[in-house]
Amino acid sequence: MASGSVIDPIHQFQIIDIVQLGAPGGVHISFTNSAAFMFGIVAVVFFFLTYATRGRTLVPGRLQSLAELSYEFVASTVRGSAGNEGMKFFPLVFSLFIFVLTANFVGMIPYAFTVTSHLIVTAALALVVILTVIIYGFVRHGTHFLHLFVPSGVPAFLLPFMVVIELISFLSRPISLSLRLFANMLAGHIAMKVFAGFIVMMTASGAVGWFGAVLPLSMVVALTALEFLVAALQAYVFAVLTCIYLNDALHPGH
Amino acid sequence: MEAEAAKFLGAGLATLGMGLAAIGVGTIFGNFLSGALRNPSAADGQFARAFIGAALAEGLGIFSLVVALVLLFVV
Repeated sequence: MASGSVIDPIHQFQIIDIVQLGAPGGVHISFTNSAAFMFGIVAVVFFFLTYATRGRTLVPGRLQSLAELSYEFVASTVRGSAGNEGMKFFPLVFSLFIFVLTANFVGMIPYAFTVTSHLIVTAALALVVILTVIIYGFVRHGTHFLHLFVPSGVPAFLLPFMVVIELISFLSRPISLSLRLFANMLAGHIAMKVFAGFIVMMTASGAVGWFGAVLPLSMVVALTALEFLVAALQAYVFAVLTCIYLNDALHPGH
Repeated sequence: MEAEAAKFLGAGLATLGMGLAAIGVGTIFGNFLSGALRNPSAADGQFARAFIGAALAEGLGIFSLVVALVLLFVV
């Protein structure tokens, strides 16, 4: 898209093959930079949590309180939106929250790859959530789970329309859950790179441009702060919505 | 009109939906803030709910961004 300009804001999202693993059945499989960053994120989270909780002291140190704070934060979110019963899904919600949060923050490091800015990654995460809801709902409640689509206290002539609307709203959940995270990260990072590109373009035009470049530079600083907020916020929103959808599987029927 | 030009016009028009979603998000947080200033002690408990509402309103705006992206890159 960036025809005519030297700076390509889409370039940061390029997936590069690191190791090609062959193509069985014509499907090209390779270890990409996206996969490498995902392994890195999991390793960072794993070593942080193991290292922080190794002492298990009664009065926590700095690292241990950070680990305990993140545990308590997610636990209170789960209890608040899915009830005490929802705590059986705590490992899922905690893993999703920490993975998305770390992925978003790692993406803020210059030259790093933002895993969550790819729709396929966020779609996979959203599908895990929705399939958990559907499978657990049917296993636990059987056909009673379908009461989710039949709101009580609705006049009989309105009921068919309500069922259709509830179905559409349920089916759009994985789409909106994945698109929200993906689009927020994509749009934020593109905006940052576009303004960073303005700095380069202005400084290239001589001494006057050097003073003019202060404007896009301050914009980039502000956008970076905003992106850190968005990174944390979207991870939180992803976790909260996961809890709410799991709540439907635990307590179907309005 | 050329098909290429119509594509860009359509993508630009689709982004208008994001502005409308911004109105929705602004309404939610504005009302949350005015409610929170009236009863600050109850504000913390409703914090998550405000964000859920904002996330749902924002999601609909993001659908229009996707329409724009599809028009630009896929169609």
